[in-house]
Amino acid sequence: MTVARTLLGLLEPAPAHGYTLKKRYDAHFSRLKPLPFGQVYASLARFERDGLAETQGVESGDGPERKLYAITPDGVTVVEGWMYSAEEPTAFASSTLFAKTALALLSGRSARAVLDAQRQMHLIRMRELTESRRLVGATEVLAISYELNHLDADLRWIEEAGHRLDALHHGLKGQANDL
Amino acid sequence: MTSDTSLPLLEGRDLTVSFGETSALRGATITVGTGEIVALMGPSGSGKSTLLHCLAGVLVPDAGSVRIGELELSEASERKRSAFRLRSVGFVFQFGDLVPELTLVENVALPLQLNGVRPREADARARSVMADLGVLVVADRRAGAVAGGQAQRAAVARALVHRPKVIFADEPTGSLDTVAGEAVLDALVSLARDAGTSVLIVTHDNRVAAHADRLVTMRDGCVVAPDMASVR
Repeated sequence: MTVARTLLGLLEPAPAHGYTLKKRYDAHFSRLKPLPFGQVYASLARFERDGLAETQGVESGDGPERKLYAITPDGVTVVEGWMYSAEEPTAFASSTLFAKTALALLSGRSARAVLDAQRQMHLIRMRELTESRRLVGATEVLAISYELNHLDADLRWIEEAGHRLDALHHGLKGQANDL
Repeated sequence: MTSDTSLPLLEGRDLTVSFGETSALRGATITVGTGEIVALMGPSGSGKSTLLHCLAGVLVPDAGSVRIGELELSEASERKRSAFRLRSVGFVFQFGDLVPELTLVENVALPLQLNGVRPREADARARSVMADLGVLVVADRRAGAVAGGQAQRAAVARALVHRPKVIFADEPTGSLDTVAGEAVLDALVSLARDAGTSVLIVTHDNRVAAHADRLVTMRDGCVVAPDMASVR
């Protein structure tokens, strides 16, 4: 959903062919993995089907015909509605790391080792991002900062979890006995 | 004494410090290489600041040793330690600790003047470092009259101006917002690397630690985690 809405929003400044739209998306949002062409063209076909975008022209050349897509007023309404709707904050409530930590405690393994291993990975990634931040433009800095802040939040949880392992162990054992 | 270039620049070994019945350091050992940036992390009360003060020669440990270069700091007299700090050490504290009645450039020039550099040359060198840190434009304002980020950049300039061997930074961005803090840290790390100056940063902030080459973790007065391998 996020990729589709973003692609639609990127049509608003100016109409674009599928190839150009993919380049716009990759330049701003695909630091690590370029968007597949298939996903772009499938999205454009759905936009046209749903009245959110329309074809403004077709160009013939050496290769396949190239359609020029433009966003419609309905498309603009959809993008605005999505833009100003806050995301559910519960998106972060479930965590693989919490599950691993809990399972380690329930099975008598070292939960601290689970946390330490994850902490190392997070810190290495934070260093990589901090280093790369010096070399990029303003848009990328903000994207990197977003990732850094989330990694930082995870690390603070890891620190807190480390302090609370005994209490967590007792709590999980109690829950297991009740089941 | 011949110098062994394979030794780290700074080495604190088995450091023990107690304040009354409270053990602040319990056999802590740490090294910092020449030109290396090291972050020292740990919860409140873990001994980070006490360790930093021992390594800087401000606090004499009850046991253990501190060596910086060829100087056994823990065995030196207060006079020798003081002279060494003046020449070879820079400090950045959380709130800058600038003299508020002096201008920023006067604050930055202080380490040079205390080392015998003439006022005119000290002023020129101070302004040069301040230009590198983007605070030359406010050089002639009183330290008490500038924004926190500008004051902290001036504090970094003061720490660097006399080209020390090592800088000790204790929560250098603790009083700043994220953007201002990142700018100060970027400047400190970048200029220190250019000059080959080692830096030990005490911090509880993971984003600050991410600027370092290596992370050392403390808990209950001890260094508990093995030094992470450098990623550079």
